[in-house]
Amino acid sequence: MPRIAVQAEDFDPGTEIAALQARAKQAGALASFVGLVRSDAAHPIKAMTLEHYPGMTERAVRRVAVEAERRFALLGCTIVHRYGRLLPGDRIVFVGTASSHRRAAIGATEFLIDWLKTRAPFWKQEHMEDGSARWVAALAQDEADAERWMANTAGQSGGC
Amino acid sequence: MAKLRILYFAWLRERVGHAEEELALPEGIATLGDLIAWLRTRHAGYAAAFAEPGLVRAAVNQEFARPEAAIADGDEVAFFPPITGG
Repeated sequence: MPRIAVQAEDFDPGTEIAALQARAKQAGALASFVGLVRSDAAHPIKAMTLEHYPGMTERAVRRVAVEAERRFALLGCTIVHRYGRLLPGDRIVFVGTASSHRRAAIGATEFLIDWLKTRAPFWKQEHMEDGSARWVAALAQDEADAERWMANTAGQSGGC
Repeated sequence: MAKLRILYFAWLRERVGHAEEELALPEGIATLGDLIAWLRTRHAGYAAAFAEPGLVRAAVNQEFARPEAAIADGDEVAFFPPITGG
């Protein structure tokens, strides 16, 4: 069973990785990804608000996690996604995977974050230094990254 | 008469002016596409929210749905922009 959390509070990546390892006792590999609020010289922001669709979010995230466990024969996975107002450098999302071997863990981590970007109902609003705010537009590249996983499986027989 | 719970997110919520509502539908509205066409006639906020159909996504009962999806009494319908999570 994947661990899914959609929450306003921060999370601790080390604690999540240790808990995942404790659940997946047969694992030979753990992989993880942490997404952060980015603010840099090219695109400085003051803060970011993440809105989501309570209820649908948890269902959609769980579905993506179950699909990853099936495709990559995972021994466990964890997804923590935050919502609410966040500051540059704050953690937004944690993805952790456990498997027998590294390739499945690393592949599943990339799959999960690509699919979350286009299938979990979250919307980012950026707050600028001048007080203005703008909703972030979806990137065609994110959609292409997610679709890539569809193409990859077209000729496969399933499983891992 | 069919009643729906309708939710709006992100800039659709801002343009419509509220996050959710319960609406009784007039006769003849069978699909999401029909619903959008009717909402657009209600007032300027809806017209602005649905001005660019290519930028609007939808869910029926918390599952992604396309304009041809059927809607029925008691459904929860949500409208939102393309997702920007992760």
